[in-house]
Amino acid sequence: MSDGAAAAHDVLLVGGGAAGLRAAIAIAETNPSLSVAVVSKVYPMRSHTVSAEGGAAGAFAEGDTLDEHAYDTVSGSDWLCDQDAVEAFVQEAPRELLQLEHWGCPWSREPDGRIAVRAFGGMKNMRTWFAADKTGFHMLHSLFQTSLKYTDITRYDEWFVTRLLVVDGRVHGVVAIDLMSGRIEAITAKSVVLCTGGCGKVFPFTTNAAINTGDGMALAYRAGAPLKDMEFVQYHPTGLPFTGILITEAARAEGGWLLNKDGYRYLQDYDLGKPEPTPVLRSMELGPRDRLSQAFEYEVAKGRTIESPYGPVVNLDLRHLGEKLIETKLPMVRELCLSYERIDPVKELIPVRPVVHYMMGGVHTDINGAAPIDGLFAAGETACVTINGANRLGSNSLSECLVFGARAGKAAAEYAAGASRPPAVVTSQADDEVRRLEQMRSTDRGHERIADIREEMQSTMEDSAGIFRSGDSLAKGVDQLAELQQRLDRIQLYDQNSAFNTELVAALELANILDIAETILHSAAQREESRGAHQRTDFTTRDDARFLNHALAYRDSDGSVRIERLPVTITRWPPGERVYGR
Amino acid sequence: MADSIKMQVTRYTPGPDSVPTVAEYDVPLRKDWAILDGLNYVKDHVDSSLSYRWSCRMGICGSCGMNVEGEPKLTCATFLTDYAPGPVRVEPLSNFPIVRDLVVDIEDFMEKLPRVKPWIIRDDDVTVIDGEYLQTPEELAEYKQFSNCINCMLCYAACPIYGLEPDFIGPAAIALAERYDLDSRDRGQRERLDVLIEKEGVWGCTFVGECTKVCPKHVDPAGAIQRYKLKAAKENVMAVLLPRTTR
Repeated sequence: MSDGAAAAHDVLLVGGGAAGLRAAIAIAETNPSLSVAVVSKVYPMRSHTVSAEGGAAGAFAEGDTLDEHAYDTVSGSDWLCDQDAVEAFVQEAPRELLQLEHWGCPWSREPDGRIAVRAFGGMKNMRTWFAADKTGFHMLHSLFQTSLKYTDITRYDEWFVTRLLVVDGRVHGVVAIDLMSGRIEAITAKSVVLCTGGCGKVFPFTTNAAINTGDGMALAYRAGAPLKDMEFVQYHPTGLPFTGILITEAARAEGGWLLNKDGYRYLQDYDLGKPEPTPVLRSMELGPRDRLSQAFEYEVAKGRTIESPYGPVVNLDLRHLGEKLIETKLPMVRELCLSYERIDPVKELIPVRPVVHYMMGGVHTDINGAAPIDGLFAAGETACVTINGANRLGSNSLSECLVFGARAGKAAAEYAAGASRPPAVVTSQADDEVRRLEQMRSTDRGHERIADIREEMQSTMEDSAGIFRSGDSLAKGVDQLAELQQRLDRIQLYDQNSAFNTELVAALELANILDIAETILHSAAQREESRGAHQRTDFTTRDDARFLNHALAYRDSDGSVRIERLPVTITRWPPGERVYGR
Repeated sequence: MADSIKMQVTRYTPGPDSVPTVAEYDVPLRKDWAILDGLNYVKDHVDSSLSYRWSCRMGICGSCGMNVEGEPKLTCATFLTDYAPGPVRVEPLSNFPIVRDLVVDIEDFMEKLPRVKPWIIRDDDVTVIDGEYLQTPEELAEYKQFSNCINCMLCYAACPIYGLEPDFIGPAAIALAERYDLDSRDRGQRERLDVLIEKEGVWGCTFVGECTKVCPKHVDPAGAIQRYKLKAAKENVMAVLLPRTTR
């Protein structure tokens, strides 16, 4: 912990989830002479990695190949991923998962003691490593507990970063609030890695935790780095109504069926294959998430879904799997259904609907996690390398946190080892930020309420940029967000206390997420085609001639969003048709 | 069912003369609402200065532990209707210093956790190149329940010993030590026993068993403590009989 004057480190990791902790350990192992610190707004074991359920992909089992993992990922992404990144990813994923095994992760096993793998959506082979259905939880705690071994990793637990210190195009650290005391301090560093996760809280109905407010994306964006492919928002097909709690894809991988109101496996009507009694890879319930969520919307339009107090739902049927399999492979699914729906999936159908789950977009980085600001890096959901393109395959993201967390950590360490100390001018920049925050806390600004603006932003996003979008819906949303930005300046904070002021944090988070919401709508408006998770009702087909490229969203000095385009890297797999179930 | 319920919530702001007080809020009583939804209603619509921790809202991140009607609970997995017609009392977890309102200071646990060395300890130089350590489902089952600890601190709030003897290393840390001891990949039992055999280790516990009762994840810290007491007792007997090098 810091004690008064500006603390100084070589490498600063913002965020303590899987990507941040993996990066921290990578640095501690490869450059032990460097001073490394993890600053996070929550204790690391509270990070949202903890909620991941189904598993982590890595081609390891006999008969599987790196090329097949790469092809599944590329076709799953609707060819918008960068194939050099995918090749590096599939190559390094198995080794990273093995490393976690050596660090104690309780991976589920075959009877002979070898690692067990399970099927997952859009994957041609079984390659998803799992720890029952609490994979993220076990990965996070294994990483966190292992990180405790490295006593040189400094932690700033429950510190909220409000700004990146950037001078002449180079990052020199952050300003952060120590939530416990309310002190606002600069923490300088030669390189900074953003690992703050996603921003599901842009939408009203999400599997994401309260903390997923896109802080790292907003920090980078305001510092001048572009956000890439923000229009691609993943809806997971199976969330519980009301809470949005995720029912893992593993439930379908183990043999669960999706049924409409007539008890009919409706996915067969959407070019996803024929219904078989047991799971078939890359088919039906094991199709990719974008296609399954879109199929739900078509069922709604046909009047074949079930009405619930929280909107239309379909049913997930696990009853035929039996209690024993559910208890060993899907214990958390049962636990969640019992707690939150008072339903036992051994005997009853689970009501589900699509729910915002993951951002394919994020801070634009290269294959080593470097963002286009010197000394700035990003990894995990915060970043967009991109292996996910227009649609991420389930179980690729946990592995992504490990592979690119380690890569970004090493690259940031290398950068820091050769970098000079921060210039004196960062102090005045930090002072400006301290003044701004103190003013926010004390000034009489107006009478807007945080919760009102947040709710209006979320419903705007759902109405304008849901599973299906159009030029009209997006244009309307852009206008509404612009108005909300004005109102944001008139938020009144009622909590004048320093200690654990969650109102101040909520206001800062809202400002972050509102900026990100704007990049999503602008990126979506300019992509006049349908690809992966981005489906336009006014441009219904993929248009490789115009849009086989990334969108880079920059923040102009007046706060407006400017979109530039960047070619996709294609190495071995030319654009083709996405084929599932045939 | 009435359409609202009264929540009695602890408020506290640190200051020279401040003491915790209780504020009352009427919140909608809805079938699906957890205690946490009630608090969020207060924060969003009644008093935005109310402070508490929460995140995942699915009982896995361990942030939202509070005392509900005197019992430590995850407030995201505890429902308002179970306390109807009310009022329902919501307080910060016992046995920890209060930082603000419902937020407690858990730094003591964060400092104790690394002392039990909760990581795999080996004395060989096996690397990932050598592949995975084989571990059968039966070997995994040996430690699995202890690995489900979410560090929510409910067991510390329930533990009468920790309340009286803050040096006691406490239930969750001991359960995690046992989790690694029982892991077939680990060779660190000796090092952990050296920590837990001290007086602030397992001996503080008088086996009240409250820790196991309140655990929301069905971990059995009381069982872990009992196992360690046996290991430590055996160790003490051996210490009398044999010089250390031959143990």
